[in-house]
This record gives sequence, C-alpha cells and structure tokens, in this order.
Amino acid sequence: MTAAFADFLASDFFYKFRRSPVAIGAFIVTAILVLSALFAPIIATQNPFDPGSLNLMNGFSKPGIANDFTGETFFLGTDDQGRDIFSTILYGLRVSLFVGFSAVMFAMVLGATLGLIAGYTGGRTDTIIMRIADIQLTFPAILVALLIFGIAKGITPPSYRDEVAIWVLIIAIGLSDWVQFARVVRGATLVERNKEYVQAAKLIGRSPFSIMIKHILPNTLGPVLVIATISLALAIIAEATLSFLGVGAPPTQPSLGTLISIGQRFLFSGEWWILFYPALTLLALALSVNLLGDWLRDALNPKLK
Amino acid sequence: MTQPLLSVKDLVIEFPTRDGPLTAVDGVSFDLAAGEILGVVGESGAGKSLTGSAIMGLLDPPGRIASGEIWLGSQRIDNLAEEDMRAIRGKRIGMVFQDPLTSLNPLYTIAQQLIETIRTHIKINESDARKRAIGLLDDVGIPAASRRIDDYPYQFSGGMRQRVVIALALAAEPELVIADEPTTALDVSVQAQIIDVLKEQCTERGASIILITHDMGVIAETANRVAVMYSGRIAEIGPVRDIIKNASHPYTKGLMGSIPTLAQADDRLTQIPGSMPRLTDIPAGCAFNPRCEQVFDKCRTERPFLVPNATCEVACWLYDEAAVKEGKK
Amino acid sequence: MLAYIIRRIFQSIFVLLMVGLVAFSMFRFVGDPVENLLGQERTQADIERVREQLGLNDPFAVQYMNFLGRAVTGDFGVSYRQGREVSTILAERAPATLELAGVSAMLAIIFGVGLGVFTAIRRDGFMANFIMTTSLIGVSLPTFLIGILLIYVFAVELGWLPSFGRGEVVQLGWWSTGFLTESGLRAIILPAITLGLYQMTLIMRLVRAEMLEVLRTDYIKFARARGLSKRAINFGHALKNTMVPVITVTGLQIGSIIAFAIITETVFQWPGVGLLFINAIQFVDIPVMAAYLMLISVMFVLINLIVDLLYFAIDPRLSADSSSREH
Repeated sequence: MTAAFADFLASDFFYKFRRSPVAIGAFIVTAILVLSALFAPIIATQNPFDPGSLNLMNGFSKPGIANDFTGETFFLGTDDQGRDIFSTILYGLRVSLFVGFSAVMFAMVLGATLGLIAGYTGGRTDTIIMRIADIQLTFPAILVALLIFGIAKGITPPSYRDEVAIWVLIIAIGLSDWVQFARVVRGATLVERNKEYVQAAKLIGRSPFSIMIKHILPNTLGPVLVIATISLALAIIAEATLSFLGVGAPPTQPSLGTLISIGQRFLFSGEWWILFYPALTLLALALSVNLLGDWLRDALNPKLK
Repeated sequence: MTQPLLSVKDLVIEFPTRDGPLTAVDGVSFDLAAGEILGVVGESGAGKSLTGSAIMGLLDPPGRIASGEIWLGSQRIDNLAEEDMRAIRGKRIGMVFQDPLTSLNPLYTIAQQLIETIRTHIKINESDARKRAIGLLDDVGIPAASRRIDDYPYQFSGGMRQRVVIALALAAEPELVIADEPTTALDVSVQAQIIDVLKEQCTERGASIILITHDMGVIAETANRVAVMYSGRIAEIGPVRDIIKNASHPYTKGLMGSIPTLAQADDRLTQIPGSMPRLTDIPAGCAFNPRCEQVFDKCRTERPFLVPNATCEVACWLYDEAAVKEGKK
Repeated sequence: MLAYIIRRIFQSIFVLLMVGLVAFSMFRFVGDPVENLLGQERTQADIERVREQLGLNDPFAVQYMNFLGRAVTGDFGVSYRQGREVSTILAERAPATLELAGVSAMLAIIFGVGLGVFTAIRRDGFMANFIMTTSLIGVSLPTFLIGILLIYVFAVELGWLPSFGRGEVVQLGWWSTGFLTESGLRAIILPAITLGLYQMTLIMRLVRAEMLEVLRTDYIKFARARGLSKRAINFGHALKNTMVPVITVTGLQIGSIIAFAIITETVFQWPGVGLLFINAIQFVDIPVMAAYLMLISVMFVLINLIVDLLYFAIDPRLSADSSSREH
C-alpha cells in the first residue's frame, strides 16, 4: 500500500464515506455499471451489432425462458432481431457513459478555461463571457443541446452524419453545460488575482498566468468535482433524452436512450422486457451518480449542511 | 401571602445529545407578584432566555422542559396542550424579542399585524380593532399613528420598530410581559426611551414584566427585584436595591463591581477572572467554584441551594453557617 | 421602481437581439438557403435572382436588420420541408403546446407548493419523509421514462386513457382547443402529468427548503408568541414570505416547461411546436428552427418580466420610495 493511499484511507473524507450507507451503495452501483461498460466485449454473450452473430429465429425471446424455435435461453430476453438484451444494454451503457464522461470533460475544460480568462483579464472580455453565460443559462440545457445538434447536423454532409454523431452529441451536451464550471473558476481567479504572489510574479517577469493556474486549480478542485459529478448525471440523462428523441446516438451505436426508444415500439404488443431492462439500467445509473454527487456536495461543503 | 401571578418551580431544561442530555437550566424557581418587575440578569448562555421561552411554551426543539412546574395564577401552564397554550400566548403573556428588525414580518403592514393579533384574542370587528391598534401605537409613542399604521416595518427605524413590537405584545392586555433583551440590538441613544415606554405602558395596564438582560444598569433603573443567573441556576434573587448595595453571592459582587455607574468613582472596574463554563463541563458542586475567590471544599462537592439571607435569597455555602464552620476547620 | 423595470426591459431586448443573431446566423450560414429553395434543377441566373430576392448580396448588418424586421412582423420565411409559411405552421401548432404547458404549470405549482408546505410543516412525519424520498427518485428519472411508464400503466395495462394525440379539438377562431371535448380532456391528462412532474418536484423541494428557513425566523417566533393560530402562521405569515424566493425559480421553471414540452410531445405524439421542432432538427429545416428559437425566447423574456413585476406586488420593500424612509 502506497503512502498516498494510506493517507486517503485515514482521511476525513474517507471516514465520512464509510459512515454513509447511501454513498457506499451509490458508489458500488456506479462502479459495477462502469466496469460492465468497460469490459462489455468480454462479459456480453454476443456482439449485438455484428449481424453475423444474430439469429432472427431468436427474436422476441422472453427473459429466462427457452426460445420456442431454437431452444436458446436469454437471461434478459431478446428484441425483434434476436439481439440479446443483456448484451445490448452492456454496449448501450458503453456509449452512454462514454458520451457522458466526454461531454463533462469537454464542459469542464471549456468552462475552466473561459472562467480563468474571464476572471484574469476582467473588463470587457469578462463582461462578454459572463453575459453569454447568463443568457445561455436562461434556456434549459436540453434546448441548447438540441439547437447545437441541429446546427451541427446542418453543416455536416449527410454521408458523414452517422460517423460524427457521437462527437456532435458530446459537443452539444458539453456546450450546454460549461457555465457552472466557468462561474466557479472565475470566482476563484478573482480571489487569487490580487494576491501578492501574483503581483510578485509579474514583477520578476514570470508569467503570472501559469502560476495562477497552479494555485487556482487546487482551490477549485472540490467544487469542480461536485459540479462534474452532478453534471455527469445530467449529461447521461441529456444523452438518453436526445437519443430517445432520435437526434442522438446513431442506430449503429445505440445508447441506453436509443434502446429505450426502440423498446417503446414494442410496449403495446406486450414485449415489455425490450424497454424495461434498458430503462432500469438508465435509472440505476442516473440515480446512483446523482446520489454520489449529492453526497459529495455535503461531504466537501460542511457549511451547506 | 397572596397568590403570585407567576410561579416557576424547580424548572429544568434539557437538550438531548448523543452523549446524554445537557442541562441548560437547572432547578430555577421564583415567584412574580402582579404588577412586579423582575429583572433576570446573567451572561449569555446562563439560561435566562431559555427560562423566558419555557414560560411562553416556545422552547425551540430539541430543548425541552425535563422537570419542574410553571404556574400562571392558579393554572399550571408548562404541560398544556399546544392549542390551550396558544390561547395564553399574547392574551395573558406578551413577549418582546431582542431584535425589532427581525421580529416583524416584512411583508405585512403594521396595521395588518396589530389587527390580526387583536382579533385573535378579542372578539371585535375590523374597524374597532383598527381604532384600538392606533390607540396602542399612540401609547407607545409612535407619532402620527393613524397615518403610520399602514406603513410596512422597513419604513420605521429600529427604535420605532421596537415600539411597534411593544404595542404588539400589549395588544391583548396581557398580565405579564416577558422582554428578552429588548434593547440589546438598538442604538444606545434610544435604549433608555424603549425601556421607559415598556415600563410606563406595563405599569399603566398593571402588567408584570420579566426583563431579561445582561445589562445591570437597565435593571437597576427599572426592576423591583432581580434574579442573577449563572450556568443555568439562580445564584441570588432579591430586591434590586439590596442586591446592588449589598450583594451576597461572590458572583453577584463581581458583577456589580464591573458596572461603571455603580462602582466607586475612583475604583478600577473589577473583572471576574475566567469565564462561565460551557454546558458540557459544568463543575460539580457550585458552578461558580472555579472562579470564586472564597471557594472552600464543600463548594467543590455539593451544590448550594437558595437560602434566605436578609431580604434576599442566595445559593452560596458562605451563607450556611454549618458549612462555613465545617469548612474553616 | 420604474427605472428598474425600464432597465429590465432593455436587458430583455438585448437578450432577444442576441438570440436573433444566433437565429439569423443559423439561417444564413447553415446549409445554403438558395439550394434549399431551388432544389436540384437550377441555372446560374436562377441562383443570382434568388440571391438578390433574399437579399443575400447585402452586407451582413443589413441582412440582420432585415431579418429582425421581418421577425417582428412574424415573417420567418418558408419551411424547407413543408413548403408553407413558418408563421402559419407555428400558429397551428402553438395552441396545443400552450394548453399542455398551461395545465402542466398549474399542476406543478398547485401540487409543488402544496406538498412543499406539507413536508415543511410535518417535517419529521412519515408521509413527509416518504414524499421527500420519492421526490429524489423523481429528480433522477428522465421525463421520457415517466411518460413511457404512465403510458404503460394507464394506456396499455389499464386502458383508461389514450396514449397519444390530442383527441378531438374545437376551433375557436384560429385557436384550436382540446378543453371542450371529452376526448381532448382525457388526452391531456397523461402528457400534462409527465411534463409537470419534474417541475413539481423542483418546486416542492424549493418551497420546503425556503419554508423551513422562514419557520426558523424571529418574526415567526414572534407571531407564535402573539398567540396567532397555526393556520395563520403557516399559511399567512410563513407562506407569503416563502413565496418571494420561490417565485423566481417557479417563473423560470414555467419557461422550462415550454422547452421541455419537446420531450413530452415526442413521447405522446402531441401535435405542438415541440414536436415540430424535433422534426425540423431531423430534417435540418432551418427556418422552423430559427422561428421556434425566437418564439421560445420571447416567451422566456416575457415570463421573466412578469416574475419581476410579481416581486413588486409581493414585497413592499422593493417598490419603496426611499424618501419615505424614516431614520
């Protein structure tokens, strides 16, 4: 065991974590879901998007009951194409988590950079950046993301659309969510800007900017982590919503939202499992990440409690 | 002796905590006669405000009355149902809080708040209630009351607001007014006026006052009797004049020595060394013993209770002859 | 007070101009408007003629001003996909969305405030704790899943309510309403609950938090000390003070309801502007997207202004004429 790890185990933070059953539960569920997504190709019984591995005769198998024609049994059933729902969920989870994480990373880098610039330069740059942030914040993130998605779709040639869809989705969700990061980092920058070490750095001709980054980033680590976790839950929901609306992940790379949207078609004919299990997975993911975020906020900001 | 207006008997207030209950008020007893003004003095945390809240039945949870009794006239009020206690609040006991800036609802006019209070307790119609409200404002010295009554609290200064608060406390002619640090939040220049208004209006109505404050000067000028509290217990209680001139309890003596107007002109102000213990570590025996210059063994082991001493009552082993003899041996 | 309102109006206009700029840029730079209008068979002369007609040869600023001028009169051009006036399409679709949003907002406010007050007053009660825990799940549940769940239970399994569409509508002038027919009323129930639930949860949690805060204040304690009834304290003094901060958020939430209607309308195939917008995005129908954006912004800005005015109505301190202050 390394010293840093030992420090962590002895820390106040870890102590609080151990004392909170909700946090432990949420962490375990999140970890299981993330690991299953990472190792999807190993865990999944088939690659549901490789047509060669599918047997149409297996279509609409009920969960856990042997198929009438082939005698094969699928733990969570199959869809109309004979895809194993368990496998599609694993692959869908991969897409959902990838988009969620990437969108939050993008929003974080963009927000932190703009916040740093706004706080450091001040004046007109600051006003413009923060005014744009204010205006954007008036509109729900989902609307902003939809709009960006629509514009991106308009400027990409149709033949490339499916290929870039995932990246467009990441950018759209990321762009709809940078404001909170920018605000926190800007606030911290304003505090640091006038401190003596920054002035001193200017005097001796060193770039105050790089020094500030070294000091500001640690200061904002806590709040940024909290916002990032809560944003992750929101991004996962946003991705699912966009994909459900048919403007997200392409059919070749379905996310949980796409799976739910497909499942909805079979709801009326009684094949509930095609919808139910992806929906349950999405709910478990969103709820556990949300609870983790809530807990982090309370744990890192005792003042708020 | 006639029946006292208010009688507090062995009141104990506790706050449950993980490590067992904390006793914030411990065995407080006193009587109050009709028309009498009782000052309650002590440092913050001495339990004086809690005692006031307990009488009103307004202890903030998790604080609770663990034992003891409170009698208003011939009625026991500490164990009343909430709805019965509500009929006493405002009607028989009025209360004035510390900060007039926060005790009035900012979104209602003075008229609305007064009329609502009057009509809760007295069966009269809206316009009579309004006349009565204007009369009350006149009484507490709000100029142009009939015009100002429709103003909102933010349109009054702090001193004027405290007058409104007094008017509200008196709205239903209570027999007792509990004033909890009524001048602490005010400018020094208006403090005396507010105390005067409070005293004058209560006296006119024959209402008793419990005046809770840490300012001995205010009590000296206003109260008939004074109870000195320390660590949730009454250290000494008696007529104001006697206690000022001739305090018995070492803590009271120290307290009197620290008042500029009452100390000898050429004397330095005296200061009691140390500070009041926290609720979590009140010492055994007399709570004041670690700071007392005249402490002896018994003070450290056995708690002294109030015993008569001349015109006063004092809780100190120095006034128990047997204990002193034993201690001096 | 007047100065403040005028300043707010200027700010609103600024926001609208910015949104207009975004809408116009979309219109001008995303895809080629000429190509969209002329289709495959076109000559160079046709292109030049249309460019001149659309004013595409003018300087950017002039084009922007012209766009704004047309937008003010409700002229957003012709839908690429439907070939009809965008303003006509929007006018047809708007009543459906507004009726849905209105019913949802009412549900959200009535139940949100009611449950918020209930959970604050009965802070440690079993029901209150149950509602709070349930609401946490509600916040994590994506809107479209709520919709699907409701459809499954009430339309598929129980067969009580329709799962899609608006039912029969009645024309009142240009406004088509579903409120006057039984099928219309039945059709709006599930979508309205779906759309309002999330906002209701938010309002409820906010009202609860604010109310708990207010119940701790001195003036509530003083009101109790005056012997006022619980009812007068909770629903008169406490609730009114709670409403001040709640109104802002509620106002913004109602704005969001109109935007979130996109999701609900898709789930229930509700023929409103949200569904129109989603279809426009799928087909990159820029004029419809731009018009929708402007329409939503105007509604947002209006709601924000109304919220500001409501503030003045509730909190006397804000409309204060400072000269009447006595010190």
